Amino acid sequence: MKKFMNSADDFLKESLQGFGAAHQDVVSCHYDPNFITRATPTKEGKVALISGGGSGHEPMHGGLVGHGMLDAACPGFVFSSPTPDQMLAAAEKVDSGAGVLFIVKNYSGDVMNFQMAAEMMQGPNESVLTNDDVAVEDSSFTTGRRGVAATVVVEKIVGSLAEHGGSLHECKALGDKVNKNSGSMGVAFSSCTVPAAGKPNFDIGDNEMEFGVGIHGEPGRRRDKMKSAQEITNELLEAINEDLKPEANEEILLFVNGMGGTPLTELYLIYDNAKNMLDKKNIKISRSLVGNYCTSLEMQGASITLTKLDEELVKHWDSNVHTAAMRWGM
Amino acid sequence: MSVDFLIETAKKIQVVINDNSSEIEKLDQEIGDGDHIFNIQRGIKLVIELEPTIKDLIMSKALNQIAMKVLSGIGGSSGALFGTLFMTMAKGNAIDEGVDYKKAIEIFAEGVEAVKQRGKADVGEKTMMDVLIPVSNCLKKGVEDDKDLKEILKEAVEVAEKGMFSTKDLLATKGRASFLGERAKGHIDPGARSSQLMIKTVCESVINS
Repeated sequence: MKKFMNSADDFLKESLQGFGAAHQDVVSCHYDPNFITRATPTKEGKVALISGGGSGHEPMHGGLVGHGMLDAACPGFVFSSPTPDQMLAAAEKVDSGAGVLFIVKNYSGDVMNFQMAAEMMQGPNESVLTNDDVAVEDSSFTTGRRGVAATVVVEKIVGSLAEHGGSLHECKALGDKVNKNSGSMGVAFSSCTVPAAGKPNFDIGDNEMEFGVGIHGEPGRRRDKMKSAQEITNELLEAINEDLKPEANEEILLFVNGMGGTPLTELYLIYDNAKNMLDKKNIKISRSLVGNYCTSLEMQGASITLTKLDEELVKHWDSNVHTAAMRWGM
Repeated sequence: MSVDFLIETAKKIQVVINDNSSEIEKLDQEIGDGDHIFNIQRGIKLVIELEPTIKDLIMSKALNQIAMKVLSGIGGSSGALFGTLFMTMAKGNAIDEGVDYKKAIEIFAEGVEAVKQRGKADVGEKTMMDVLIPVSNCLKKGVEDDKDLKEILKEAVEVAEKGMFSTKDLLATKGRASFLGERAKGHIDPGARSSQLMIKTVCESVINS
């Protein structure tokens, strides 16, 4: 294992300290329990958005704290859910009285820990559960579809509504709507190594890819031989389209997300290839996002997310945002 | 059951888990993400370190402190599930007036029921519930049938082992192993193995006392 680290025990703390110092105009980091808030207090009457999850997916979620998106993020250990004490401390800090909306990715540990926090919390709160990963069949035989990159889209759009005075109930409803209108699927070329474990999460051959991989390197639909970018892109989009069923002339957001170890050059190449296919189907790309937003440490790979848009979603996607990882309009 | 008993048993569990750590780690690498053993070891260490804080506390407060420590210190699913177990036991009716074995079994069973709700997992889903639920049922039945305590506990040890082995041929339908589908078959669930070892240690420490 080659990593920039001094010791596995201090890995997360030092990274958080660096993040807090580098972006002190936008965020402040709190320790024991660990959570990240905006540098400024929540406006009175504004619903507070709190997300969180295991570390190792940066910039999600700490990099998405700031004007127009999250009010707080709770980072767990690498690939391990945060705990209720973190969520409660964050909620106490950022709740302005209008309530707290938890945004949770559908992974067992995250779901249970956020649920316990919600039960222990005194004030009004709601939760949005994201489950956009179409690689997993949503049936009683699995834990259900995983929450992956569309969580970023949910946080942007609901963050805007909260900033514009949306109520707790309205924010929850919009979050569920964005999730329902999104589908994602990823592919991995290489594994990733959790610092405390010291060895790769899974083995993968030089000429292989894990198709439908999760954001911790969990198995996807199948292990496959490497193919061309256009073939891979087509297969990812076909799987998403089969689930999301966008109609001809429907407007969508095309989000090409890097897993951490794939350069932007390749992500833009995927975007080009995705556009080729979507153009053929007359699906209109009306908004785009390309970059590393929901990563899996140093894993080589990428995911594609499509979100079906309407006027309301476009308005909130376009509105001003200023976080460490996303900034436009201000 | 006293607070001293809880701490002394935690120390015994630590030894047993450490002795079997490489086996549990290997099981988890096969169908999970390999961190279960570290989580369990960290949790037990944190509970043992609570000794000076909880040794003079009443039972409900001591159990609650253990619950909060496990919840915040382990994290992930294990933290939430074991945290739920102890938090529910801490709420047991009149436990500060003394906990005899019947009361201990009653609150353990309530705890297991809460864990079942939290994880939404039942018997047959290749999780630690394949050990905890049958053990809880066996203990309750033993009390109902007015059996001798040592007899009940011996049976519980056997039931735990049977439950643990039963996970080998199951498909996982909960947790991270569920993403493996058929690939998870043929492997014992690491959570079932660690739970079985804990149950065995608790029961045998009472049997031999």
